[in-house]
Amino acid sequence: MVRYLRLLGVQLRASALLSLQYRYEFLIDGPIEFFWAITMVVPLLIVFQGRTSVAGWTLGEALVVSGWFILLQGVLEGAINPSLTSVVEHIRKGTLDFILLKPADAQFLVSTAKFEPWRAINVFTGIGVFIYAFHLLGHPPSPLGLISSMVLLVTASMLLYSLWILTVSAAFYVVKVDNLTYLFSSIFDAARWPSSVFRGVLRFVFTFVIPLALMTTYPAQAMLGKLTAQTLLFAVVGSVLFSLLARLIWLRSIGKYTSASS
Amino acid sequence: MSVRNTIRALPALFRVGVFEAVAYRAEFFVWVLSTTMPLIMMALWTAVASDAPVGRYGQPEFVAYFLCTFIVRQLTGAWVAYEMNFEIRQGALAMRLLRPVQPLWTYAVENLAALPMRLVVALPVAVSLLLISGTSRLSKDPKIWLIWCAAMVGGWLITFLANLVIGCLAFYMESSLKLMDVWLAVFFVFSGYLYPLELFPSGLRAVADWLPFRYQIGFPVELMTGAHGVPTALSMLLSQWLYVALMLAIVSLVWRRGLKRFAAYGG
Repeated sequence: MVRYLRLLGVQLRASALLSLQYRYEFLIDGPIEFFWAITMVVPLLIVFQGRTSVAGWTLGEALVVSGWFILLQGVLEGAINPSLTSVVEHIRKGTLDFILLKPADAQFLVSTAKFEPWRAINVFTGIGVFIYAFHLLGHPPSPLGLISSMVLLVTASMLLYSLWILTVSAAFYVVKVDNLTYLFSSIFDAARWPSSVFRGVLRFVFTFVIPLALMTTYPAQAMLGKLTAQTLLFAVVGSVLFSLLARLIWLRSIGKYTSASS
Repeated sequence: MSVRNTIRALPALFRVGVFEAVAYRAEFFVWVLSTTMPLIMMALWTAVASDAPVGRYGQPEFVAYFLCTFIVRQLTGAWVAYEMNFEIRQGALAMRLLRPVQPLWTYAVENLAALPMRLVVALPVAVSLLLISGTSRLSKDPKIWLIWCAAMVGGWLITFLANLVIGCLAFYMESSLKLMDVWLAVFFVFSGYLYPLELFPSGLRAVADWLPFRYQIGFPVELMTGAHGVPTALSMLLSQWLYVALMLAIVSLVWRRGLKRFAAYGG
């Protein structure tokens, strides 16, 4: 365990050094990120034009969901996407061999290969949106709500990561999947809306199959103090089970790996 | 690079492109899936309109609008900026330059070659559009549909040329994909892809009229759903093609200037 923590430290340091090399990127990323946040809020304002609530959500409450979306996008693009995009490349070229030969768990190594610290801007943008949202609501979140939403932040990141691992596992079977990243982020885009606006099949899919509801809507509800303890428990247990499943599938599919070229 | 040679080469290039789209059909299918945003927006907006219509849009109007959006987006898609960024950085552009056909033509043909496959995807949506909303929500004026054909060509050209401009900027910087992200972010807000532009407050709507984005998606869709009469449609078509002309001028400038800076690394 200590060894893995040390390893994580090494990988993080390498990523940090790498990103310091591209300092100016921060200057570009900052404004772009801010801009994205605004474009994300515009559709919301249009939806709420002339009405106070949609599917039981007021503008302020829906903004909290958007805040969580922005925050998790930061997690996805800063900590999950960069590493796992490179695994797909490794699988296609056959260079995964070098990673498998190293005396540490392969999943750990590939998942921590690369971080993009600059994406932390998203966290601040997300917090900015939260502040604005609670300003609109007129009351600050309760301490209990904040704590449970932090718990859900952890489970949401686990879910995102597990979904990614499942996507990467697919790369062992269908080799050319570089664009799965795009598919993934375009599906994740639906998470910016409170899940209760979706009905029927879509709602089922977004809660149980691709658990977007657990990623943004539940944490937002927790922050607003509207989440029941039962749902919280369901979210935690569900996420843990989902992660275990993803791990099992990863182990199975890496068994299918036959190196490409030589 | 005579004109005759180019014209003779285009059909063959088109065939190659079609075969490529068919060969990588799984990848192609994933691309299609990643443009299902209009369908999600449809779910959202029909939920919003469930208790009271928004403007003149009730649930059936939203369904018709977003199914049209899906079709227009499928048929007018372009992604050359990504390709050019990759090829300029890897030096693979050198291969294109060696061919006796102007590279901008080969890019255009490769993009258009995906159309047959995209039609396969768009057709079922079009049929279900007809079945669900009937003809009542769609324009019945044949003149409007003629204008629509021109508007689709114009819409594709704007998308394609904007991609080329951003792609050419990769001659000047390491990667212009960040710029593409910015373009897309503005596109999503002002194109009518996420909501009918009619729902914009009037100040923003005036901005949208002056930007190129609505001519990529919103304008063709509005024609399909019969939002404009012939005179307005014609004047909007004119603005659209003015944008096409403007972008064409920019492309020829950046391409010629940028190419001088190109040094093929690797190969």
